[in-house]
Amino acid sequence: MRTRTRTRTLIGLAVLALCAGAQAQKSTADGIAEYRKMLEDGNPADLFEAKGEALWKQKRGPKNASLEKCDLGLGPGVVKGAFVTLPRYFPDTQKVQDLETRLVSCMVTLQGFDAAEIAKTPFGRGEMANVTALATWVAAESRGMRFNLPQTNAAERESYEIGKRAFYFRGGTHDFSCASCHGESGKRIRLQDLPDLTKNPGDGIGFAAWPAYRVSNGQMWSMQLRLNDCFRQQRFPYPGFGSEVTIALATYMGVNAKGAESIAPSIKR
Amino acid sequence: MADPMRIRAQAAGDKVTVRVLMSHEMETGQRKDSAGKVIPAWFIQEVTATHNGKPVLVAEWGPSVSKNPFLQFVIKGGKAGDKVAVTWTDNKGDKRTDEATVS
Repeated sequence: MRTRTRTRTLIGLAVLALCAGAQAQKSTADGIAEYRKMLEDGNPADLFEAKGEALWKQKRGPKNASLEKCDLGLGPGVVKGAFVTLPRYFPDTQKVQDLETRLVSCMVTLQGFDAAEIAKTPFGRGEMANVTALATWVAAESRGMRFNLPQTNAAERESYEIGKRAFYFRGGTHDFSCASCHGESGKRIRLQDLPDLTKNPGDGIGFAAWPAYRVSNGQMWSMQLRLNDCFRQQRFPYPGFGSEVTIALATYMGVNAKGAESIAPSIKR
Repeated sequence: MADPMRIRAQAAGDKVTVRVLMSHEMETGQRKDSAGKVIPAWFIQEVTATHNGKPVLVAEWGPSVSKNPFLQFVIKGGKAGDKVAVTWTDNKGDKRTDEATVS
């Protein structure tokens, strides 16, 4: 009799302990969200934003000119709102361009820089670091606005189709495609939630979150670098800076993200 | 010359909350580059803050503080319009001071 009571009490305690355990356990996603919240207040992307703004106004390059007349798609010098419409077709270069390649075009035509020279500079160095800072500032000027990429031009629609194909293209030693990780919701890699990029993943997720500051390595990552690293993770050869496939993928993600609110530049673990 | 800091100072009641974002490599001296050579230590050693010219904070920092560090502190008895200045000095003797007006 006595032992039975004790057993019952023990079971009761065990059940209680289990309940407490379940209550105290936060989901990993909650934990990460909390961590991001804590970091958000002092997002070092602000530093790159300030640097980008100064670079935009500063007279630089062989032609000693500023970028203030640069046309990012909404007219010369219009920065606010430009980010959420890129990549788009530009009649002067006759190409679909993303933010970074467009900035490089302006640096070439207005300031006299050498595009090939910039393209082969590693990320985070020299003029490439300046392109990233400029992109960070331009993106920040459209913070809170919603993505609305134009698809009126044939080249823009073609870019979307190429991007879609590239997104589903499997290859490499791991037989991976972008869609292997980003083709359905509820997936994660280690502790990171993976957005489903084949549709609109929501406000401030996926395409609407980059450029972003990576806390773990203290680097400012642009969309070009983000894509470059996706290629690395797939064990694909590195794509060239501003190559057609990177812009096509950006177009694909950008069009899919229509209506999503941009929070760029954001902060990542 | 080092990149500027971002200082935000906001008054609430008789307290001013100051948020500072500093641009610095904060190299520990423990890392090696791709050639295997030690990357020399380079970090902020001292941080000071003044409120209308009067010192309110002195901090000694070391290599364990992160890259691009963020600092937040509260000044009692501050109000909008006051000046807050923050200075850091690193182990190479480089120095940077930035000032902000309390809003």
